[in-house]
Amino acid sequence: MATDILMPALSPTMTEGALARWVKAEGDTVSIGDVLAEIETDKATMEVEAVENGILGRILVPEGTQDIAVNTPIAILVAEGEAVPDAAAATPAVAEPATATEEPAAQPSAAPATPAAAPLSAPQPEKDWGPTAEITVREALHDAMQAELRRDPDVFLIGEEVAEYQGAYKISQGLLAEFGDKRVIDMPITEHGFTGMAVGAALTGLKPIVEFMTMNFSMQAIDHIINSAAKTLYMSGGQMGCPIVFRGPNGAAARVGAQHSQCYGSWYAHVPGLKVVAPWSSADAKGLLRAAIRDPNPVIVLENEILYGRKFPCPVDEDFILPIGKAKIEREGRDVTIVTFSIMVTTALEAAEELAQQGIEAEVINLRSLRPLDTATIVESVKKTSRLVTLEEGWPFAGIGAEVAMQVIEHAFDWLDAPPARVTGVDVPMPFAANLEKLALPQPEHVVEAVRRLI
Amino acid sequence: MAAAQEKTARVGGNGPSLTREQFMDAFHEMLLIRRFEEKAGQLYGMGLIGGFCHLYIGQEAVVVGIQMTLKDGDKLITSYRDHGQMLAAGMTPRGVMAELTGRATGYSRGKGGSMHMFSREKNFYGGHGIVGAQVALGIGLAFANKYRGTDEVSVAYFGDGAANQGQVYESFNLAALHKLPCLFIIENNLYGMGTSVERASASHELWRNGEPWGIPGRRVDGMDIAAVHEAAAEAVAHCRAGKGPYLLEMMTYRYRGHSMSDPAKYRKREEVDQIRKTRDPIEHVRQILLDAGVGEDSLRKIEDDVKATVNDSAEFAQTSPEPDPAELYTDVLLEA
Repeated sequence: MATDILMPALSPTMTEGALARWVKAEGDTVSIGDVLAEIETDKATMEVEAVENGILGRILVPEGTQDIAVNTPIAILVAEGEAVPDAAAATPAVAEPATATEEPAAQPSAAPATPAAAPLSAPQPEKDWGPTAEITVREALHDAMQAELRRDPDVFLIGEEVAEYQGAYKISQGLLAEFGDKRVIDMPITEHGFTGMAVGAALTGLKPIVEFMTMNFSMQAIDHIINSAAKTLYMSGGQMGCPIVFRGPNGAAARVGAQHSQCYGSWYAHVPGLKVVAPWSSADAKGLLRAAIRDPNPVIVLENEILYGRKFPCPVDEDFILPIGKAKIEREGRDVTIVTFSIMVTTALEAAEELAQQGIEAEVINLRSLRPLDTATIVESVKKTSRLVTLEEGWPFAGIGAEVAMQVIEHAFDWLDAPPARVTGVDVPMPFAANLEKLALPQPEHVVEAVRRLI
Repeated sequence: MAAAQEKTARVGGNGPSLTREQFMDAFHEMLLIRRFEEKAGQLYGMGLIGGFCHLYIGQEAVVVGIQMTLKDGDKLITSYRDHGQMLAAGMTPRGVMAELTGRATGYSRGKGGSMHMFSREKNFYGGHGIVGAQVALGIGLAFANKYRGTDEVSVAYFGDGAANQGQVYESFNLAALHKLPCLFIIENNLYGMGTSVERASASHELWRNGEPWGIPGRRVDGMDIAAVHEAAAEAVAHCRAGKGPYLLEMMTYRYRGHSMSDPAKYRKREEVDQIRKTRDPIEHVRQILLDAGVGEDSLRKIEDDVKATVNDSAEFAQTSPEPDPAELYTDVLLEA
């Protein structure tokens, strides 16, 4: 049966091309793989190969022709001994090319509106977990991993110095002794490799906890965190989830300079398919890390080295856990809302104390979770105070503060009595000198100053 | 080095080591991949497949020969040149073609495309668009096998181009250090996109790239299914026995460009024609079967079956609906 040879699309962007040269002539026998013609695309000259055996019955488009639309018949292929039909009578090489290619265009832009437009539900009050004990953030993180390692045999911990060294920051102290080297595994300094390995294991359903000695080193592995862990569920049409935790100290420690002092909050919070939490207190640390380990999705846990040794009350209930995506109001106030996370919660509370002495009552929101963001709690607060100050250690440009302010503008613009203000780290790489480092990081007085400008 | 020379001396395989039935099966599988890919190229030309599309034509013996040595539960992962692997793994031509055309009935419901396809059921873990990423992920699959105490093996396929990525060597180290049951397959088709191995790698003997970590390696004629099968059987047995990873360099060739938009000016047409005429993996098996007394009719029957299967997959893909617009927002996160 005669078939049309169609002008092919030879690149993702090609819609038309030129027929530079016919390599075969009318009457030539052609086999699969033979070069029929050369076609000039928008990028290069390409060879077109035969996809069927037969005889080149008729050339419909002579060489030298420009601007031939993709799918235009350019020749007719016939079987041996077969008469060459008129162009119109030939059936295309594959059925219905024209209809099929027009199909996407024929679809109206039917994509539903972004779900962000959905109304916010009212914030729920936090569950009371009963008696607490003072423990350090370090102990809280340790206890969370220990509890989850006991609870689920699919959970394991890998990272540099997590096992025999007992943790570079002693978070994993004693875990090797309790769980053995099958589940608490030292890694060589090879973040890209071991992160990829952990993600591969997670795709099979295991639940790795990957400890980065600091989150700065996660940049060596960021391709696996984003391209392999965050996107595979979507790319697989929901078949392959990736239950994995990436954790480690984030942000500035003390005097460790530019390459070891950086906040990854907005980096990771930018990515759909990831959850990002940033605990401040011991309760945050324990409750959020346990939730992260149980979560079926990849979760980034941004810890803070300076907080590791700080003590906070933490519920003693063995089942204590916190929901991801829920902020906590650490101090109530009526005059201004300060939204912050991680170690900056301390700075915000100090500023609130100072403001109180000046007669200004600040409400301090500890985000706990950067993605999903608890917009409902923030908006509820701003509707009460009518003023917003965001506070973060990271850089200002496209930071978490920018996102929080935009959410407030979208959901509570009419309640605002002043433009939102941001207090952030200074927009420079972190300096080493003690005085410069202090100048680069937000201090309580910066927050006080920002609030005073709004009131 | 003596051991290394001995291994090199085995280049080309040990001749036919498969039964007639196995050759028949291999002929069917390889032809299915060949015809499927030709059809995919055709649909791409018609604008029905968009974006990137990397065809496997010419390399069929590699994946078919290896697959014959595997058992249920063994895990597979590869790069973006993945259609052959998926068909060999038993994924349906319909589901794969529907994914290539971005339809709701595709393996990823139209959200992955040519380069990102998966099957939990067939233990096929992608389909990865980042060169070399599948090697680190692949040792993770092997890690999971070991963690769970099974004797399952993971096969991580990558090309000569990926063989220069740093994470490949991080993975070699980790796999050897932890004795992971991972079979590394370098599909050396001589070109990483347009750059020949000679212009990309200071070492041209890629099968030796695991030597610093003590990973045994062999170079194999990847156009000879029996040679592939023999080498893979040895390598898989090594991994399954808990002796750690193994590396095979499959010398193969892709007839088509790197992707559909590759004019392939970095190699001569004669080079392609020469290999096609003298080393074609499918013609090689056809000849073995004819020599063994299999009738032309039996082979034609296979050809007709394959053609029908491929045409059916194309028809299925073209008549399947595009994903529902609501699919845009699903599968981003699982319910906690």
